[in-house]
Amino acid sequence: MERYTKPAVLMHWLIAVLIIAAFTLGLVMTDIPGLTPTKLKYYSWHKWMGITILALAALRLLWRLTTRPPAFPASMSQTQVKAAEAGHWLLYALMFAVPLSGYLYTTAAGVPVVYFGLFQIPSLFEASPALKEAFKPVHYWLNMLLAAVVAGHVLAALKHQFIDKDGLLKRMLP
Amino acid sequence: MKKTVLMAALLAVAAAAGAAVLKTDPARTSVSAVFKQMNVPIESKFKKHSIVIDYNAAAPDSSRATVEIDTASLDLGDAEMNREVAKKEWFNSAQFPKATFVSSAIKSAGAGKLNVSGKLTIKGKVADVSFPITVKADGAKQVFEGALPIRRLAFNIGEGEWKDTGMVADEVTIKFHVVSQ
Repeated sequence: MERYTKPAVLMHWLIAVLIIAAFTLGLVMTDIPGLTPTKLKYYSWHKWMGITILALAALRLLWRLTTRPPAFPASMSQTQVKAAEAGHWLLYALMFAVPLSGYLYTTAAGVPVVYFGLFQIPSLFEASPALKEAFKPVHYWLNMLLAAVVAGHVLAALKHQFIDKDGLLKRMLP
Repeated sequence: MKKTVLMAALLAVAAAAGAAVLKTDPARTSVSAVFKQMNVPIESKFKKHSIVIDYNAAAPDSSRATVEIDTASLDLGDAEMNREVAKKEWFNSAQFPKATFVSSAIKSAGAGKLNVSGKLTIKGKVADVSFPITVKADGAKQVFEGALPIRRLAFNIGEGEWKDTGMVADEVTIKFHVVSQ
């Protein structure tokens, strides 16, 4: 069976690990009560991960648009193919939307991101408490949507592996 | 009796110098703390302050200034964080509700420029500081602007694990923009 290209496989797993880490850290850090150095550190790390995901997502989109992915197995119905394509493009959209909403949220809060403590990501607008309140639920719910779509993505992969037994998963394994 | 005479004499001198106590406009006046947290530049405003400036443009050297800041009024943009910085490790606002600055000398340093010296008191620690400010007239109003760099640890701001300057830098700049009524 035709496999995904090496760069596509590498970026898939790198982004997968980063998304799971940033998502988990987001839940953990917002649960820490009060103000502690650990909490501040986690916030910074979370933002650095978000910027990394955004940059990798941009690379990955370029690769996806210029490199033909392997075809779906012939055993898949038209509906399944359409659902798989829609799911994948939704994942691509969320790989951009989630970190971007985080950037908007922290910029509105007046706390710019300084990538790895070295490079300041420019703030494209003035801090505003009203915008901050508006972006907070946007960032949260985009994350919850991403979590749901990722869960669907994993379940679909498992269905291909254990129910359809069509070997689809091998195309993306390192 | 002697005191009354002294007071009268002082008042006469003040009147002769033409010094006038300026009422500041709290809505247009801002005092903020600028610092770095893991290298992220943050500017937070103190929401409550009382600033009295006795200023005479013709004889700036006779000017005086008194500044009082409510330490619990620092707005970090988040209610929970604001409560945290009022706690013992940071400002200890329950015991030290005000940070103050009282000028001891104000000297003219060229057109629209003054050098201000005085005592800065934060969290019970007193330090002699001196910093330049600018003053300009905006219609009938006077606008004073300046910045005073301090080191937070000299005032015990951030105790215990917060002494780590890699997390919150020691250098803090107190920026102010004072507008008279």
